[in-house]
Amino acid sequence: MSGAKVPADISGHMLDLDEEEDLEVFSKNTSLAEGNPMPNSPDSMVNQFRLDEENEEEQQGAINKDIFVTVDNPESHISAIETFITYRVVTRTTRSEFDSSEYEVRRRYQDFLWLKSRLEENYPTLIVHPLPEKFVMKSMVERFNDDFIETRRKALHRFLNRITEHPILSCSHHFKVFLTDEELAPHRKLGPGFLSRMSETMRAMANSVRGLRSKLEEFAIMQEYVDDFSNNMCSVDKVTHRITKEHREYMDELKQYGPTYFQWAESEELLAEPLKGVGSCVEKCSKETEEQIQYLSEVLVPTLHEYVLCADTLKAVMRRRDNIQAEFEAKNEALASKTTDKEMLQEEVDDLADRVEQANNALRGDWSRWRTSMRADLKSAFISTAAKNVDYYEKCLAVWESFLLSQRGESMEQRNGADAS
Amino acid sequence: MVERGTALLKKMEISVAEADKRTGKNTVNMQETYTVYLIETRPAESVSEGGTPVAPDTLWRRYSEFELLRTYLLVTYPYIIVPPLPEKRAEFVWHKLSADNLDPDFVERRRVGLENFLLRLASHPVLSNDSIFFLFLTEVLFLLFQKADSRLKSLSAMFRVKNPDKRFTALKHYSEDLSTVISQLLRIRARVADRLYGVYKVHGNYGRVFSEWSAIEKEMGDGLQSAGHHMDTYAASIDDILEEEEHYADQLKEYLFYTEAVRSVCRKHELIQYELEMAAQDLSYKKQQKEELETGTVRIFSLKGMTSKLFGQETQEQRESKVAALEQSIQEGEEALKEKNAESQEFVEKAWNDIERFKEQKEKDLREALISYAIMQISMCKKGIQVWSNAKECFNKM
Repeated sequence: MSGAKVPADISGHMLDLDEEEDLEVFSKNTSLAEGNPMPNSPDSMVNQFRLDEENEEEQQGAINKDIFVTVDNPESHISAIETFITYRVVTRTTRSEFDSSEYEVRRRYQDFLWLKSRLEENYPTLIVHPLPEKFVMKSMVERFNDDFIETRRKALHRFLNRITEHPILSCSHHFKVFLTDEELAPHRKLGPGFLSRMSETMRAMANSVRGLRSKLEEFAIMQEYVDDFSNNMCSVDKVTHRITKEHREYMDELKQYGPTYFQWAESEELLAEPLKGVGSCVEKCSKETEEQIQYLSEVLVPTLHEYVLCADTLKAVMRRRDNIQAEFEAKNEALASKTTDKEMLQEEVDDLADRVEQANNALRGDWSRWRTSMRADLKSAFISTAAKNVDYYEKCLAVWESFLLSQRGESMEQRNGADAS
Repeated sequence: MVERGTALLKKMEISVAEADKRTGKNTVNMQETYTVYLIETRPAESVSEGGTPVAPDTLWRRYSEFELLRTYLLVTYPYIIVPPLPEKRAEFVWHKLSADNLDPDFVERRRVGLENFLLRLASHPVLSNDSIFFLFLTEVLFLLFQKADSRLKSLSAMFRVKNPDKRFTALKHYSEDLSTVISQLLRIRARVADRLYGVYKVHGNYGRVFSEWSAIEKEMGDGLQSAGHHMDTYAASIDDILEEEEHYADQLKEYLFYTEAVRSVCRKHELIQYELEMAAQDLSYKKQQKEELETGTVRIFSLKGMTSKLFGQETQEQRESKVAALEQSIQEGEEALKEKNAESQEFVEKAWNDIERFKEQKEKDLREALISYAIMQISMCKKGIQVWSNAKECFNKM
């Protein structure tokens, strides 16, 4: 008998989820179906967009959606120095800022990182949808594993699409460059380099050490929410991973269960038929379990994971907002204690005050936007998971009921036969 | 399962109603705690009519007494497939189930198993008429002097049969196969139960986590909270589901133990067959010896023959007395062989009677077990549909 991996009384362990799963960022076993639900090209996306009633919320938010982006076709590039994967990014748009209506470029993960950091730099208090992580902690070798690439591709696709749906971010110059320029490398060299990024980080650190003079209550509440949301998302994510794991182990055992009934049937006469019946029911249910696990991995797990990353994004956004305010406060204090040369400093302080105002407004606006889409995403993911589970049980029910029917039918026949004789 | 076909069952109702703990001194004079079971018997008609039911006759017995009864039946009716007792120790246990003999769940399942054992005996066309069985049910003081049956001992000895009966050989192989496959099935079922338990219980974590999360959400809070409650319900439902499934496992176990009884009958037949062959062999040897003595030829090499050749023939008198002795021996041998043959034929006839009866019983019982397993699965699916539909409704309100 296999050793029981589940503790004797789980209720006591409900508070204590595996620590090691912190590191299991991408489950090794995430197997994703060949036929993914994502559209393959901007053209099919446009069509889906028009026909897809479930996209109601998206439609309402983006009635005039005039830009469609897909990420597909991963290919590996092998050079003397390194090996990496590039993805094809196809854009279809009617926006006037774009010279053409269709673009196709190849981008690698680093390019996406570049885009994200440019966006965060230009719009420090807007909430940018997270990118999939750089590394899989468990093993670096898996970087080129098919499942990993597919998972990443889907996440990159979602990343870009969230940007196209964002009224401000989609107009970003860097976004346009990302979508249209053949070669991104020259752009990567321009823009704030390593040193300026370092100094910004150091300023931020200095500011955080000083602390903020006063924080608007709304942002204090927001901060609290972000921290709680982060904890909750991590918990839900962990639980979901655990469920997936238990499901897989269950399915592995089921796979041995069915064949044993068939084996038994071989040495029986009258019993052979019902035994085979039970065996085939078990096998069918095992297949349904496999599908259920697949669905869970494709829908709920990635969504929860993205919102775990979102929580980190939110924390970063809050930090940046705080830094902007801290910078202003620092300069303001400096101004107060100065006696000469006040005009120039006053201008700087006014600029910084504006910056704070802008940052706060941007955050406020984006905050409710984010809340809405978070609610829609998670609600939809949970609903479809529950629906899939109902579907799973309904299918298994049908399997067993038809077996029962066949047995009862047989026993009726037997009784009729006995009566006749 | 219980047909009122036998005379015994027409007369009385039998049940094992309760279990209780006792302490006492055992054979090596040490204190021990053991379980006793209450056997209740009442006249058959008293239950079906209205009015106050007649109080049953009762007596307490422990498991080892049941074992004694069964051993007695095995010895007395070697051609009968004697129903098995429920397991002595809990086997094929999945983790939540206790392997402790004093655990109340185990005791309860054993009580049911012992009742089943008595009912099987009571409905058996041959065993139900046994007087010792009747005493077991009705007499408090029950001393069974176990027959030191040499037959039973020789069952463990090694012997080879020259002409085995094909039917019995086939039956022996079948029961070996059945034993193997049911054991495997029980092992895997226990592992499946373990894993399923894990799946359901982990969902309980959603209950706690959703509850915490709902505290910080305004619009989503209610939906999350109520969905969490359904997750708790889902997690709790597995306990009843698996308890019911344990009954299915017990039904399979009974037939696993039955295979042991079948093999025992086959071995007993082999023993009889062996003794028959030995008797025939012995007789033919004696006949040959006689022939040799009469004709003076030595076909069988023996020390006596050689020494007589070397040291001179026997006298006519000596030879004649030897022949006479052999003739006597041959006559006894022929009697013995006739007896053995009759014994063997009787055994085979009675055994096959019971084997046919057993086959029918087995097919009926196991088919019913499979059907009840399907019903259990259906019930489990229906519960699942309900819980997840409810959860979906709650998520809709998020």
